[in-house]
Amino acid sequence: QTVEHGFPHQPSALGYSPFLRLMAIGTRSGAIKLYGSPGVEFMGLHEENNTVMQIHFIPDQCQLVTLLDDNSLHLWSLKQHGGASELREEHRFTLKGPPGSPPSATQITAVLPHSSREVLYLGTESGNIFVVELPSFRVLEDRTISSEAVLQRVPEDNCNRRSCELVEALREHPKNPDQILIGYSRGLIVLWDLQNNKVTHHFLGSQQLENLYWQRDGNKFISCHYDGSYTQWPVSSDNRQPEPLENTVPYGPFPCKAISKIYWQTTKNGLPYIIFQGGMPRASYGDRHSISVIHGSQQTAFDFTSRVIDFFIIFSSEPTAEFDDPSAMVVLAEEELVVIDLKTAGWPAVHPPYLASLHCSAITCSHHVSNIPLKLWERIISAGSKQNLHYSSMPWPIDGGTNIAPDPPQRDLLLTGHEDGTVRFWDASGVCLHLLYKLSTVRVFLTDADPNDNMNTLGEDEWPPLRKVGTFDPYSDDPRLGIQKIYLCKYSGYLAVAGTAGQVLVMELNDEDAEHVVDHAEADLLQDQEGYRWKGHEKLKTRDGPVRFEAGFQPFVLVQCQPPAVVTSLALHSEWKLVAFGTSHGFGLFDHQQKRLVFVKCTLHPSDQLALEGPLSRVKSLKKSLRQSFRRIRRSRVSSRKRRGGSGNTSEVQEANAKFDQDTLQEMELAPVQRKIEARSAEDSFTGFVRTLYFADTFLRDSSRHCPSLWAGTNGGTVYAFCLRVPPAERRMDEPVRAEQAKEIQLMHRAPVVGILVLDGRSTPLPEPLEVAHDLSKSPDMQGSHQLLVVSEEQFKVFTLPKVSSKLKLKLTALEGCRVRKVTVANFGSCKSDDYSENDLAVLTNLGDIQIISLPFLKLQIRYPCIRKEDVSGIASCVFTKYGQGFYLISPSEFERFSLSTKWLVEPRCIVDMPEVTTNNHVHSKSGVENAARKSSFFPTLFLERKSGRLMEHALLNDEKVLKEIQSTLEGGR
Amino acid sequence: EFRRFSLERSKPGKFEEFYGLLQHVHKIPNVDVLVGYTDIHGDLLPINNDDNYHKAVSTANPLLRIFIQRKEDADYSAFGTDTMTRKKNVLSNVLRPDNHKKKPHIVISMPQDFRPVSSIIDVDILPETHRRVRLYKYGTDKPLGFYIRDGSSVRVTPHGLEKVPGIFISRLVPGGLAQSTGLLAVNDEVLEVNGIEVSGKSLDQVTDMMIANSRNLIITVRPANQRNNVVRNSRTSGSSGQSTESSLPSSTANILGNLLQGEEESDEEDIVIEDSGEPQQIPKAAPTSESIESLSQIELLHESTQNGFLPSSEMNSHHSAGSISMEYDVPDPGRKSLEEDGTIITL
Repeated sequence: QTVEHGFPHQPSALGYSPFLRLMAIGTRSGAIKLYGSPGVEFMGLHEENNTVMQIHFIPDQCQLVTLLDDNSLHLWSLKQHGGASELREEHRFTLKGPPGSPPSATQITAVLPHSSREVLYLGTESGNIFVVELPSFRVLEDRTISSEAVLQRVPEDNCNRRSCELVEALREHPKNPDQILIGYSRGLIVLWDLQNNKVTHHFLGSQQLENLYWQRDGNKFISCHYDGSYTQWPVSSDNRQPEPLENTVPYGPFPCKAISKIYWQTTKNGLPYIIFQGGMPRASYGDRHSISVIHGSQQTAFDFTSRVIDFFIIFSSEPTAEFDDPSAMVVLAEEELVVIDLKTAGWPAVHPPYLASLHCSAITCSHHVSNIPLKLWERIISAGSKQNLHYSSMPWPIDGGTNIAPDPPQRDLLLTGHEDGTVRFWDASGVCLHLLYKLSTVRVFLTDADPNDNMNTLGEDEWPPLRKVGTFDPYSDDPRLGIQKIYLCKYSGYLAVAGTAGQVLVMELNDEDAEHVVDHAEADLLQDQEGYRWKGHEKLKTRDGPVRFEAGFQPFVLVQCQPPAVVTSLALHSEWKLVAFGTSHGFGLFDHQQKRLVFVKCTLHPSDQLALEGPLSRVKSLKKSLRQSFRRIRRSRVSSRKRRGGSGNTSEVQEANAKFDQDTLQEMELAPVQRKIEARSAEDSFTGFVRTLYFADTFLRDSSRHCPSLWAGTNGGTVYAFCLRVPPAERRMDEPVRAEQAKEIQLMHRAPVVGILVLDGRSTPLPEPLEVAHDLSKSPDMQGSHQLLVVSEEQFKVFTLPKVSSKLKLKLTALEGCRVRKVTVANFGSCKSDDYSENDLAVLTNLGDIQIISLPFLKLQIRYPCIRKEDVSGIASCVFTKYGQGFYLISPSEFERFSLSTKWLVEPRCIVDMPEVTTNNHVHSKSGVENAARKSSFFPTLFLERKSGRLMEHALLNDEKVLKEIQSTLEGGR
Repeated sequence: EFRRFSLERSKPGKFEEFYGLLQHVHKIPNVDVLVGYTDIHGDLLPINNDDNYHKAVSTANPLLRIFIQRKEDADYSAFGTDTMTRKKNVLSNVLRPDNHKKKPHIVISMPQDFRPVSSIIDVDILPETHRRVRLYKYGTDKPLGFYIRDGSSVRVTPHGLEKVPGIFISRLVPGGLAQSTGLLAVNDEVLEVNGIEVSGKSLDQVTDMMIANSRNLIITVRPANQRNNVVRNSRTSGSSGQSTESSLPSSTANILGNLLQGEEESDEEDIVIEDSGEPQQIPKAAPTSESIESLSQIELLHESTQNGFLPSSEMNSHHSAGSISMEYDVPDPGRKSLEEDGTIITL
């Protein structure tokens, strides 16, 4: 496993180091990812797998501190090792109060890494602020800022203990490192002098405090509040208890939601940028996830597609600079990363080079094409660039670190099909998965939602001035539009795309916009089968007349299967200009040159009622077993919640809990789930489901003449072979393509056929169409006898051709208990010698193992675990490349990349150097800090504790996640 | 009446034809008869389908003794194991059925398709607490008919007793193959499937393995009921092996074959239809094999000799000297534990 592509699942925290120009994202599963300039990325994982609550970079260091939801602190460092930087966890620490104190006493709410790089200030729920030394995490007890000390000089009427509950914010004075601003949630704000250990200023806020922000000069700061207001406070030496300068409710006068974070950025022209999160009128816009930017008369409330986790502003961090001069705003929303260019008029978004939201509409399938010819590559990029005109031209502002990985060896495309009927083309050559081009098939069809009625067209004087940003849009207008199969011919630029409602589109790349009619044909796969009723969805309605298509892939042929069941297999032969498609009812062959249906074949077993009626009844039976599983999980969740509530700190309780966990787990494992043992029969449902289609030029009838052929494999273990007669090129339009069934093979073990392959006389797999014509492959050996390889879920079998006799077989399931999920031929090159390479089968099983099986002798070469076997969606999403790499979804929004080949490795390799530290900025009294540190060495009333991993809980959590995914897939109407 | 006639051993033809021939030589064209023969053990066995007819012909040495009874006054109990040793003269038994009948026999119906459905194998190499059962699914319409579940069992380890997860039989479908053999029971722990240990495998994995092997399923169980175990070195042990074996059609060799052999050979034969013609079995492409395109029965016969198995007469005598005590037991007049259910006779 080499690198993760896409957007982290369930992000929970964001951090940024202006010094390193690196951004850090923490997730709910305990992962932490650092990103800099494209190609610079690091990943770390907390052993506890707990939610990352906060991330703070240590000023001017290659270090950061994370706070998890179990109240533990972790120190991470970027260190160079073997020429590249690595992210490592150095220390961990849990703040513990004296025995008997409530857990809230040490529950950390705010973290301030001091600019001295030596101490961390930790604000807690109790209102006390603890000081710990770095990197040892030793508690400097005598420097604790207790709430009592703070209250000493607060006026009587504000002085009750409750005013000091919960430290909401800690901010260091931008000019004087000996002063820190402390904000308590009740509204009290104090300026604390670290040298003299006393409060110098009091600011008596009346509203519940959300956050604080210092202005650059240190003469003013801003506080933002729960009621949607923000307040500006002056800091001067003459007034120890100043009144607020300004108190504003930007979206008043009606009740507003909280402003949870605010920035006040100065500029040369004097007009500040005021940027804050939230604050929307509660009643009418309370559900929006917004960040407002106010600059003079310009005001925009950026409306995000999902909850805003956190954001930061990139501004001039040079200590000598007079103004902030913000250049960009980086917003981490729950489902995507949005960067807004604040320098360009109109504040356009910046196209991120990484962290793409793969799941802006749910991924329904993926297809990988290796080694794209430069010509096609450039045409796709140019088509894509026309779609991206609305993006800012600003260079990527997060540009720390240096990418030292070698250039990718070839141009690879990853195509993802989505639920909303789009296909996205990703540059998968390197570490950064980058969107090149987006293709939509929606235009061909009439859907309920007219694409012209734009929901975003708000009037000029609209208030608040909302503007939608981001691409995440999980709501599909019509699930029938979903893309199920994709096939791209990289030589000809032909693309075939098939979808949920039996639609098959053949497209061609056109560099210009065009308006044309899409030829439309229907393929009745049931033929003359009588008495069947399709209870599934209707077929899509097509648009009459010419349709306008933008530059890029433009459809010219549409074939709709009848009944309109999901297309389950697709094959395109660009040389013969044929496209084959299969559903659960049968398969068909379409001549896209003459635009004529060549033949259809019904594969249904007469008793297979389920397949005929559509997908509904099947879901029902599955749901039942799912419900059972959920019930079990719910039970275990209740028990884990109970344990949380107890929260006693003694080890006895923990032990008991651990034991309880174990018991629960065991009970879960041993719950009486039964499995029926029955041989497969021809009458099982969905035996006619076409799993694979394959074009081959081989010896089908006799050993003297080879001819084009089409092969199809079904769920019931049947292989059909059709002999094709394709007229020569010069008469291609004059004579029809003919097809005749030549063979039908029934595998007696009746397992689903997942792959068909013909090996030539040298036992090499036949090349792709047009591969030979483009001199990229040796022409196949037509002298020696060909062999047919049929891969079922259970066995690999080699047969001779043209007379079918069985030659070799490899049983998988019978011996290993696993089944084949995906199989591809992969070419493995040698690292040592350039001219040696071999073809093998790369196989993914239902246990998540990957096996390499040699051709043509079917010997197992190597096997290793790759995906967790519970990760059903990960296994289902796996796609292999032609050169022994692969991708699978580790979450709805992330692909994990792996490599089976030592020759082709795409992994991040980068260096983060310490920039020159400008020390003059930090003229602070180091000595004082040190003295204090020394004094406080031994008073161990606070305990260090290392937490052991809560493995049990994760097992449950993970399991649950998987089940949810299964359920959502099922409910997704498939 | 006695008749003697010759038959070409290599081309015995079909049972139907043979039945017609018998009626013809006895000049009883419209009389329904039961046909039986004595095999090399001296057992009187029925001939009523192609399989057991071919078996009978192939075991003729060289004489094949055939007995014909009128169907209406047939004595079904005359058939079966030890019939010839039990009754010195089978002829008298056949001719005067009423005279010697002292105890009422359980009547076993005459199945149309008599074939092995199960056997206990490898008794000599397995611990006495384990039982290795082979289920023959091939050609039967009867479902295998059982369910498995997760469970936990207790193992003795160096650290004392330990609870470990295991796979158990959870349910037998009434009328299914598994139930009718009587060799498997609810709560039996499954230890191996076709020679592969299941420990460490998930329920789904074991399910897949069993289904993948369903045409020739060999499961090793630790029976929940340990009282019926085979006692080693005792010649009075179970006789299920014999009861199935003695009524075998031509595929006897497969039963006696060891695990691996059996697995390879009784495996599925894929079918190919060329140019919409007749379905045919796909032959092996191995260079040594002559490819015979024929019906499965002949294919089986062919294979059994080809795989180095002797015709079953020699085979049997060879093995009776061997170690498989199961397969041939001494006569046990008090054998009451026979369970009969349709086509199956088992212990």
